[in-house]
Amino acid sequence: MVTPAPQPPSTTAVEPMLDVQDLTVRYGSHVALQGCTLQVQQNEIFGIIGPANAGKTSFLRSLNRMHDFVPGMRITGTVRFAGRDVEQVRNVYALRRRIGVVFPLPVGLPLSIYDNVALAPRLRGLRNKVALDEIVERCLRRAALWDEVKDRLRNLGSLLSGGQQQRLTIARALSQDPDLLLLDEFSIAVDPVTTMRIEEVLKELRQEMTIVLVTNLVQQARRLATRTAFFLSGRCVEIAPTEELFTGEVKDQRTRDYVEGRYG
Amino acid sequence: MSGLDNRFLRTPREQRSLTQQSLFRLLFLVMTSLLVVPVFGILLVLIVRGGPGLSLDFFLDKPRKGMTAGGIFPALIGTLWLTSGALLLAFPLGVSAAIYLSEYARDNWLTRTINIAIVNLAGVPSIVHALFGVGAFVLFLDFGASILAASCTLAVMTLPVVIVATRESLQAVPHSFREACWSMGATRWQTIWRLVLPNSGSGILTGVILCISRAVGETAPIMFTGAVYWVAYTPEGVFDQTMALSLHLYNVSTQVPNVPPGLPFSVALTLIGVVLVMNATAIAFRMRLRGRKRW
Repeated sequence: MVTPAPQPPSTTAVEPMLDVQDLTVRYGSHVALQGCTLQVQQNEIFGIIGPANAGKTSFLRSLNRMHDFVPGMRITGTVRFAGRDVEQVRNVYALRRRIGVVFPLPVGLPLSIYDNVALAPRLRGLRNKVALDEIVERCLRRAALWDEVKDRLRNLGSLLSGGQQQRLTIARALSQDPDLLLLDEFSIAVDPVTTMRIEEVLKELRQEMTIVLVTNLVQQARRLATRTAFFLSGRCVEIAPTEELFTGEVKDQRTRDYVEGRYG
Repeated sequence: MSGLDNRFLRTPREQRSLTQQSLFRLLFLVMTSLLVVPVFGILLVLIVRGGPGLSLDFFLDKPRKGMTAGGIFPALIGTLWLTSGALLLAFPLGVSAAIYLSEYARDNWLTRTINIAIVNLAGVPSIVHALFGVGAFVLFLDFGASILAASCTLAVMTLPVVIVATRESLQAVPHSFREACWSMGATRWQTIWRLVLPNSGSGILTGVILCISRAVGETAPIMFTGAVYWVAYTPEGVFDQTMALSLHLYNVSTQVPNVPPGLPFSVALTLIGVVLVMNATAIAFRMRLRGRKRW
């Protein structure tokens, strides 16, 4: 074997967007997540499913160093984002700008709709009105909100309806132009029609960014995710290509039970 | 009558709880109304007895004939100096402290010590503040008995009020807003400046109102530190001594012989008027800030 077999350059040569090794998250003495190891490839939609208290949100929080703000939250293990150990990153603000976050409950900031979306570009110093207008319109369009709010961009974003606020939150995350988008059960406060619209948006966004989708809807993971991890009681039980979860090819009985709705 | 209608009849037990409910409602209403009595009583007495003495001359003239005649102009101006001075000192200090405690401080022994200190500072009697002011500002910092020393003393006394009111209003801004802002790469200060402060303005102004009300009315802290019985002139700088309405009221009520009976009431009415005008200004600001629902 002298000549190596030709490899498809796109998949194997590129390093993973996210490389998590043996991640453990503690709140005081309580262990929320233990020994989690997984990789997320670039331009992948990576699903995380599991019941409450499985450690899903703790996992997301440790990716962009939000634990700096939570007293008593400690993490061990390593998280490498785009090849860099996040604990070693000096400019944590630049790190957070590259990672967009959408929370379970919509957070419309008490600013105008325009200012909500323009906030992140302004934080990094953009003042140009034309450029800001362009970003605001593009992000609101992508979040499927533009048509509903284009005539009242000066109104308060915090007074929109729940589903609209959630799309505003997504528009705000997109305005950061992130490499990685973290979605934490985004459809909890959103009606089914809007959920479907957002899911369509996510499929398009996949061309430009990597998405980690935490969801308590197993079918949502099935519709969107390339691969899915199953978290249970603070442990990452299994990671598999999403279809295998539903065709019964997964090894772990607990995963099968959860996917088939047999978990209490 | 069908059996269904019977279900809307009151049982004796229901009747009893309804009677109880009315009685307790009446009781609480009476108790609440009692609160209003002193307020209107005070205002009524002051207006009836002090109102006739008020005139433009009364406000713009200085006291004459051993303080038994003339007006209160130097005291009025002096109170404005003292209150503004106290506010200028207490406001930046208090708001800064509140921002630190609410937005930066972690829960450790230092923070807990500071919080205990603030609570205790609020409980110190005003006469003790007066003695502290004499020791610290008049003597140690060598301001002399002056507007500056008196304002500093008033500022120390009103600080806890400003801090607590401001901290409460900062805490009233939901934590999720901060997290959303941080997750976009904002620093703590960017979050405070763009998000937290603009949404806590009305609460901070409440602190200002309380600060003014206390500073205008206090007598003890200023009587040893910068306010005097009588000066003919109005102050020209912070190292001057000055008359003050509250101290003037004390003097004409108890110290000066042969005062016409209406005069103390007129002074008291003016004092309350100054508090009301200053408060009304702050409240008007607050209404504008609060005008629309933010979330």
